[in-house]
Amino acid sequence: MALDEVKEIVESGENYDTDKEFKYVGTRPDRPDGLDKVTGRAKYGADHYVANMLHAAVLRAPHAHARIVSIDTSKAEAADGVKAVVIGTDLPEGLTGGDLHLQENTLARDKVYYDGHAVAAVAATSALAAKDAVKLIEVEYELLPHVIDVDAAMAEGAPVIREGVQGPTVPEGMHPNVVNYIEFGHGDLDAGFDAADLVMENTYKTEATHQGYIEPHACVGQLGDDGKGEMWVCTQGQWFIRKMCAAVLGLEASNLRVTPSEIGGGFGGKTTIFSEAISLALSRKAGGRPVKLVMTRSEVLRATGPTASTSMDVKIGMKNDGTMTAGKVVFRMQGGAWPDMAPTGMALNCAFASYDLPAVYHEGYDVLANRPKAAAYRAPGSPMAAFAVESLVDEMTRKLGLDPIEVRVKNGAKEGTKSSYGPTYKKIGLLECLEAAKAHPNLAEKLGPNQGRGVAAGFWFNHGGETSVSMSLGNDGTVTVSAGTPDIGGSRASVALMVAETLGIPYDHVRVNIVETGALGFNEPSHGSRATFATGKAAVEACNQAIGEMCRRAAKRWGIDEDAVEWKDGAVHPAGPNAGEFPPMTIKKIGQTMGRSGGPISGHHETTAGGVGESFGAHVVDVEVDPETGKTTILRYLVVQDAGRAIHPSYVEGQYQGGAAQGIGWALNEEYVYDDMGRLQNPIFLDYRVPVASDLPMIDTVIIEVPNPGHPYGVRGVGETGITPPLPAIANAIADATGRRLRHLPMTPAKVLKAIKNG
Amino acid sequence: MVEVNLWSGLRRFTDGELVVHVEADTVGKMLDALIAAHPDLAPVIEAGLSVAVDGEVITDAHHTPIRPDSEIFLLQQLKGG
Repeated sequence: MALDEVKEIVESGENYDTDKEFKYVGTRPDRPDGLDKVTGRAKYGADHYVANMLHAAVLRAPHAHARIVSIDTSKAEAADGVKAVVIGTDLPEGLTGGDLHLQENTLARDKVYYDGHAVAAVAATSALAAKDAVKLIEVEYELLPHVIDVDAAMAEGAPVIREGVQGPTVPEGMHPNVVNYIEFGHGDLDAGFDAADLVMENTYKTEATHQGYIEPHACVGQLGDDGKGEMWVCTQGQWFIRKMCAAVLGLEASNLRVTPSEIGGGFGGKTTIFSEAISLALSRKAGGRPVKLVMTRSEVLRATGPTASTSMDVKIGMKNDGTMTAGKVVFRMQGGAWPDMAPTGMALNCAFASYDLPAVYHEGYDVLANRPKAAAYRAPGSPMAAFAVESLVDEMTRKLGLDPIEVRVKNGAKEGTKSSYGPTYKKIGLLECLEAAKAHPNLAEKLGPNQGRGVAAGFWFNHGGETSVSMSLGNDGTVTVSAGTPDIGGSRASVALMVAETLGIPYDHVRVNIVETGALGFNEPSHGSRATFATGKAAVEACNQAIGEMCRRAAKRWGIDEDAVEWKDGAVHPAGPNAGEFPPMTIKKIGQTMGRSGGPISGHHETTAGGVGESFGAHVVDVEVDPETGKTTILRYLVVQDAGRAIHPSYVEGQYQGGAAQGIGWALNEEYVYDDMGRLQNPIFLDYRVPVASDLPMIDTVIIEVPNPGHPYGVRGVGETGITPPLPAIANAIADATGRRLRHLPMTPAKVLKAIKNG
Repeated sequence: MVEVNLWSGLRRFTDGELVVHVEADTVGKMLDALIAAHPDLAPVIEAGLSVAVDGEVITDAHHTPIRPDSEIFLLQQLKGG
């Protein structure tokens, strides 16, 4: 393909020829980070040490809502080993909007908004000295009324958390805690419900859950009086860290260099800042000495990234043959004490995304509550929406005596369907997933007493985003790729495979490095299932640029026209018999001689990547419910999902299994539990129980490949859809096993037992 | 002219119109034209939103070209995890 054709395709974001056979794409080589990780050599956030480094500790509020009357740090400042103390008023004033909200969450200024809100921090010569000094800080609070539950927070008379942050779309007369209102749909809803033989509606609730990454937030920040600084940090996005810290501290972004560490899980929760700016503020106050800040598990759970809790009404019309005639949802979601943090809009967009409905209506409320500032969590909003909608679809399917997969096939969205959120779908793979699920051997397994089977579909948009990638040729013909998206799910291996395929060189001749903010243009984080899609796409185009240069040099060396050469199998060849007789000029040879042919050879590409393809999935789960204890055991679990094309199938399967595992935890165990004072009661992993290996069977996976024409290798992005169906699939399986429908997550043994006993 | 489909909650800023026609050949120009035609939309647009063009959701790529027959929807801003 000519380079101008490639450029045109890249800019238009569509219509790559993905119907090809590949040599490296689709294989399963060893992961490049494997040896480092199994030997403990990999460096995570807390593994970074710098000479002369100080250690930080943070004082956090023990109240859900309170005014800060005074803070006295004098005793802490006088303590042995203490080099700096910062409070909210040490940070610059005058910020607005999202920057102000980041700053308020970094260190409270006038009010604390949730249990765990940071109010002061200390840097000392040891972690112990810093922890001891924090205890010497005296804070006087004036307690304010608080509210935790989303429905209570928008009810008349609820404590007002903030004034003046209500968005322009909120109708007059709504409680000030309602900060955003969304309404959309299409078709004649009344006619749709009138055409149905069965109309049902129910209310569903989900509790806040945490992303549950194993590695706590950790960083080392260094900032001098000259406003120049460095940060080493565990993050999904080093440029976001730079941008946000610069805003919160009033720095010039280019003066802050941010280097990402290896990452022990993020799932959306590491796309923003929590205490990173504190380490920089402490460093500046301590004369520029580096400051390490490592959160405890309790701090992670109290003060970072939970997702929203929800209260959701769903109404669906269905004919006796399973045809769905109309759907309506009203979602209420709280995302903590700051506006626009609940994923209400995305939840609404996802609610009926798997269905082809003639009439659909969505209404949503973004509500403030005295909880931590919510962060993104894997397919933000989609799992909750799926729980509500897919549960009701299942209830109606059972009532009508229909097969749950057949009902989803009958109503399933496909290419040309007007989506529930408006746009018309291009090429998508939902029906292929449903057909593959139907044919899987798990569905032939006979169920015993107290066992049940549940089915659900799921969806995520996927994302492209700002991306900058460079590659360079080594003197031995190997290739180094500089990428800006931290590897949270195998993107280094996947990008290396795509580069190997494009260049026609072995996979192990490609090394992909995740680089610091000074090395590339701005990159969005690894979020939205974009890393393999967007970084891979940009890496391919960077390689194409280098291929163009290598072809030009070979043509010049041979004394023939540039159009008379072509690149294949890792070498430049004469394009045909008329081009002349020349032995192939291999990439190794080109690398060895590039100093004599014009200098270093590299390729670069930057884009706001278009051509994104949606990903759908279908899950089938078999459970057994102990009627004596209410405990649910997962017997079998099947994930079927459209990957577009699986670049490294083992990593794709890992994403499917990881999404399912997190969804299983959300469905059965995980929740934030508050006392009457609004204090979090379970901020440790013993009490906030994520699934462990012994809780789960091997999760079966089927990769469907409906290539995305907007990516050179057909990639869609696979990281998020997999967490969407487990919530309803398990609820549907429990209903099948017990005859009892649970509409409030998590479905703990106590709740299941109560449902069994009380009917 | 391109046809822009708004979400229903924005009707109050467009004299009740759910579909608005503006002159534009890129997403950015389309958003500018919407604000020019309906200034009350400015806070919503400036706060950030996503646009779907011919079935593809675009978050920040305001340089994306649009044709007179493009299918365009304004959506709540999408963020991934």
